[in-house]
Amino acid sequence: MKSPAILARGVTKYFGDFPALRRVDLEVAPGRVLALLGRNGAGKTTFLRVLAGLTPPTDGEIAFPAVGADSASLRRHIGVVGHGPWIYDDLTAEENLRFFGSLYEVEDVERKLAEWIDKVGLSRFRRSRAGEFSRGMRQRLAIARAFLHEPAVLLLDEPWTALDDRAMRLLSSLAAEARGRGRTVVICSHQLSEALALADEVALLDRGRIAFRGPNDDALRSAPESLYERMA
Amino acid sequence: MKRFVSQAWTIARKDLRSEMRNREVLNAALSFALAVLLMFSFAFDPNSGAETRSLAGGLLWMVYLFAGMLVLNRSFAREKTNECLEALVASPASGDAVFLGKTFANWVLILAVELISLPIFGVFFDVSWTPHAAPLLGVFALGAWAFAAVGTTFGAVTANNRLRELMLPLLLFPICLPALIACVSLTWGIFQPEAVAELGAWARLLVGFDVIYSLLGILLLDYVLTAG
Repeated sequence: MKSPAILARGVTKYFGDFPALRRVDLEVAPGRVLALLGRNGAGKTTFLRVLAGLTPPTDGEIAFPAVGADSASLRRHIGVVGHGPWIYDDLTAEENLRFFGSLYEVEDVERKLAEWIDKVGLSRFRRSRAGEFSRGMRQRLAIARAFLHEPAVLLLDEPWTALDDRAMRLLSSLAAEARGRGRTVVICSHQLSEALALADEVALLDRGRIAFRGPNDDALRSAPESLYERMA
Repeated sequence: MKRFVSQAWTIARKDLRSEMRNREVLNAALSFALAVLLMFSFAFDPNSGAETRSLAGGLLWMVYLFAGMLVLNRSFAREKTNECLEALVASPASGDAVFLGKTFANWVLILAVELISLPIFGVFFDVSWTPHAAPLLGVFALGAWAFAAVGTTFGAVTANNRLRELMLPLLLFPICLPALIACVSLTWGIFQPEAVAELGAWARLLVGFDVIYSLLGILLLDYVLTAG
C-alpha cells in the first residue's frame, strides 16, 4: 500500500481559548487533488498554515510520508500559494523567482524561471518591479513562485483570488498538470465550482472539525452547494 | 555548511538589492546623521581640539545608535509587505541562515552610515581621524555587528507586533548598553593616545558581546519565526 503524501493525526490548534482546529485527521494519497472547503472561519487557512509549517499545531502530528524527506529538507518539497503573494515589491519578477529558486536550490534556475514567467503570462514584465504589478499579476507571479521548484505537495489557499478568467483557467490547468505528474495538491477555497472541477476528493471543514470527507463526483460538480447538505 | 552559507548570502543579497533600489533606509539614516552632526557642530567650539576629541566617542555613537535604529526597524518591516516573512518561514532556509543573512545586510548598511558620517564629523569638528582610520574601522565594524545581531533577533521578535517601531528601540537600547559603552570608550581611547592601555578590556567586551548575541540569534530565530 502506498504511503500517503499528507498525513494529519489529531491536529488541534488553539488561538488563546479559541479552538481553530479540533482533532483533524486527514490523509491524502500521492497524486490526488483534495478540495478543502468550508465557510468563513471554518479553519481551512489555519489547517493549511499548519501543513506548510508556518505555525505549529497545539496538539497532533503532521507528516509527509511519501515525500520521505527529513524535516530540514521537507520544506523544499512543499509549494504554497498563501493569502499574501509572498513576493518582494522592490525586486523584478525575474529577481523574485531567482531569489526563491536559489533558496529552494532549483537546478538550472535561469531556464526554469524564464519558462515559468512565460507560462504565467508575465514575459513582457519580467524586468518590471513587482511593486508596479496589478493584483492579478502579483497572483500570477505568486503561482510561478509556488510551482518553480516542482514541489511534491502543493498547498493552495484561495488561489483564484484576483485572477481574471484566463488566469483562472491557467491555474486550473497548472494544478491538473501537477496532478498528472504525481504531485499532491490541496486547494482551500470558497469558490466551490472551481475547486470541485479539479478535485478528486473533498473535505469539508466546519468550526475546526472535518464535517464531511469523500470522493468528488459528478453530482457534486453539477450542484456544488449540495455539499453543505451532505454535511448536515 | 555550504547550503547554510548560500542561503544566508541569498537573503543578504536580496535585502541589499532591495535597499540599493530605493535607498529609503540609507537616505533616512544619512540625513539623520548629517543633521545631528551639523547641529552639534554649532554647539561645540571646533577650535577646542582636545575637548572635541574627548566628545568624539559619545557623539559619534549616539548618531550611529539612532541612525542604526532606522536600518534595523526596516529590516523585518520589509518582510511584512506582501507577507514575505511567511515565504521565508515556509522556505527551506533555516532560521540561522535567515538570521545570518539579515544580520550581514544590516551590518553592511550600518557600517556604510558610519563610514560616510566619519569624514563629515572630521570636517564639522575639525578632527583629524585619518591617522586612526584602521583602529576606528575595527571598532565601527564590531559595534555595527553588535547592533545588527541584537537588532535582527529582536526585529524578528517584534515583527508581528503592531507597535514594532516603538518596541524595537525599547528592547534594543538596554541590551546594547554594554556594547555601546565599549564602543564609546574605544572610540574615545583611539583619539586619546595616552589611554591605549585601557582599551584591551573594552575590545574584549565588544568581541564577547558580538559572539554571544550572534550565537543567541542563531539559536533562537527558528523558534521566534515559527512560534504562535
